[in-house]
Amino acid sequence: MSISTEAARPPEPPGPLTWVRRNLFNSLFNSLLTILMVFVIFYTVRGVIYWIVNVADWRPVVNFPFLYLVGQYPRDQLWRIGLSTSLIAILFGLSWGTWGGLIRTFAVSLGAFFAVVALLPVQSNELTIPVRGALLANVLLIFLGFRLGRLQAVKGSFTAIAWLLAIEVITLILLPGLSLRETLTLLIGSALVFIIVYIIYQAIRVGGINSTLRILILIAVILLAAEIALASFPNLANTPLLQKVATTSWGGLLVTFFLAAGGIVLSFPIGVVLALGRRSSLPVVKVFCTTFIEVVRGVPLVTILFMFSVILQLFMPPEARIDRLLRALMGMTFFSAAYTAENVRGGLQAVSQGQVEAAKSVGLNSVQIMSLIVLPQALRAVIPAIVGQFIALFKDTTLVIIVGINELLGIGKSIINSDPEFIQLQAEVFIFIAMVFWISSYILSYASRQLETTLGVGER
Amino acid sequence: MSEPIIICRDVNVWFDDFQALKGVDMEVKKGEVIVIFGPSGSGKSTFIRTINRLEEHQKGQIVIDGIELTHDVRNIATIRSEIGMVFQLFNLFPHLTVLQNVTLSPIWVRKLPRDEADKEAMQLLERVGIPEQANKYPGQLSGGQQQRVAIARALAMEPKIMLFDEPTSALDPEMIKEVLDVMVELAQSGMTMLVVTHEMGFARAVADRMFFFDEGLVVESGTPDDIFGNPKEERTKLFLSQILTH
Repeated sequence: MSISTEAARPPEPPGPLTWVRRNLFNSLFNSLLTILMVFVIFYTVRGVIYWIVNVADWRPVVNFPFLYLVGQYPRDQLWRIGLSTSLIAILFGLSWGTWGGLIRTFAVSLGAFFAVVALLPVQSNELTIPVRGALLANVLLIFLGFRLGRLQAVKGSFTAIAWLLAIEVITLILLPGLSLRETLTLLIGSALVFIIVYIIYQAIRVGGINSTLRILILIAVILLAAEIALASFPNLANTPLLQKVATTSWGGLLVTFFLAAGGIVLSFPIGVVLALGRRSSLPVVKVFCTTFIEVVRGVPLVTILFMFSVILQLFMPPEARIDRLLRALMGMTFFSAAYTAENVRGGLQAVSQGQVEAAKSVGLNSVQIMSLIVLPQALRAVIPAIVGQFIALFKDTTLVIIVGINELLGIGKSIINSDPEFIQLQAEVFIFIAMVFWISSYILSYASRQLETTLGVGER
Repeated sequence: MSEPIIICRDVNVWFDDFQALKGVDMEVKKGEVIVIFGPSGSGKSTFIRTINRLEEHQKGQIVIDGIELTHDVRNIATIRSEIGMVFQLFNLFPHLTVLQNVTLSPIWVRKLPRDEADKEAMQLLERVGIPEQANKYPGQLSGGQQQRVAIARALAMEPKIMLFDEPTSALDPEMIKEVLDVMVELAQSGMTMLVVTHEMGFARAVADRMFFFDEGLVVESGTPDDIFGNPKEERTKLFLSQILTH
């Protein structure tokens, strides 16, 4: 009794006509419904396109590109933002080349964003030829970084160090009016942080000092020597390197992305630490973390933003006051960290006790068990929840409007109020802003699905 | 006569009010293969988990290779690095490849360079017969293959003692043999082994001594010939007749 090869194959999938008949016209009622829906969709789409092309007046959107991008940032200082953007562009390209996969989504989206702004088909005295050229150059920089990242010599560790350096440089460029001495102090401080982190990593990994650490220490010593030498030239030491740009003039996408990126990057590690703390066997740590999480989760974000921007100032001495943009960032970070902590805790509970026992039996210590076995499994179990939390954080940045910071939505509102003519045109502005948020959020969730597929291999 | 590598004296373990071990004594010499068997809940698993400090004994004394198992974290770390353990449910790390599972301990505990660890790991995977699966994830392997990876992972620590906690109980019948073959080879190579198992064929073939546990106590111990041919205790006879009639 032999089985023919024909029978072993699955049946052919139905053709499109068959599909339509089976799914859309399989009964009288469904047929009527299908015809009705075709009309509804047709008229909706036609109406929307007609409105976008003929009725809508896009002047409040396209006439102020710089306002939407950077707010009131002094126009003669824009090169500072341009330089930071270019640094970020080349680094995204570099990371795409080195790590590929997930980063590609971000790099390509960033390139598309630059290209769209550069090629915007409108007359504008802000988007001059040099500005458009600089934006297009960023697209090229992403590609250049990508080619660079594909080189054999460029390794992940190199790219990671490049990121850390770039964040350092961007801080120095954007931070308002630091003197030479303050700049050096900042550099020494961060070099020390690097050294400490590196030593801790080495202690877990192999022990002993290697060449990277020696170079780091050397840099720190040279910087320290420079600072000591500077002490004899007080005039030089106290001259500000760059003009001060108060954060009150920051606005638009600059603030939105600053708060979102800063909030995500900072709240994730804090959230993980809080989650671990809540499961700790040390009562003091446990009670502190639990209280923090429950209090923050029980309070609306608006309240937290108000607390950080108003009440925090009352308790601080005048000379130690924190910048108001940083205060808003702190509020958003703590809020997001509390939610991230609960998500991570869910993931930690999903890792079986057998995993910990196996890790103990191969001789790993408790730090290694947590960082090599438990956390990687816990975090990949909760990627969707955490990305959802990050998207919420990204959209919640609009709330800083109530503490007087003009992020994207705030800029939109002030443009509407700036001209009596524009008050009729609210819909255009809000639809534009909604699209910006939707596209950004969609990129985030698309990237998270990619991450799940990449990491999911072991589960199947 | 060589020195005993494991000395247990009057080991007692309580889980809250329930006493799982009621004073177990055992001495194991280097190179000996010990089979521990008994009904479920008799404390046999608890006993070998206590040796690796996965459970804590509240009373009694355990000395491994001259080091006493106490609350001292360094002692626990040293003892764990000398003992490999294989679990009933494999407990491989699902987010790491087979090769990464095996090299984890050499790289992070023995501090070997990665390429050396990889080379050693490949040799071990060849020894357990699955070098071609090195870059797959545990979830892609059969139960028998997973358990052999678990044995390779334990051996990668270069342990002096191997503990097996019912290594074949979760396997399909046709996979039991491939795991037992690896264990027989390991026993013949002179490894000190403590095996909790009901595979009496394995016990008869390679065990030097057998211990019958019931209700937290060692009821009877002796060579396989004694236990199978001439069991003294009524409970041992009854238990053996139950598992051997199948």
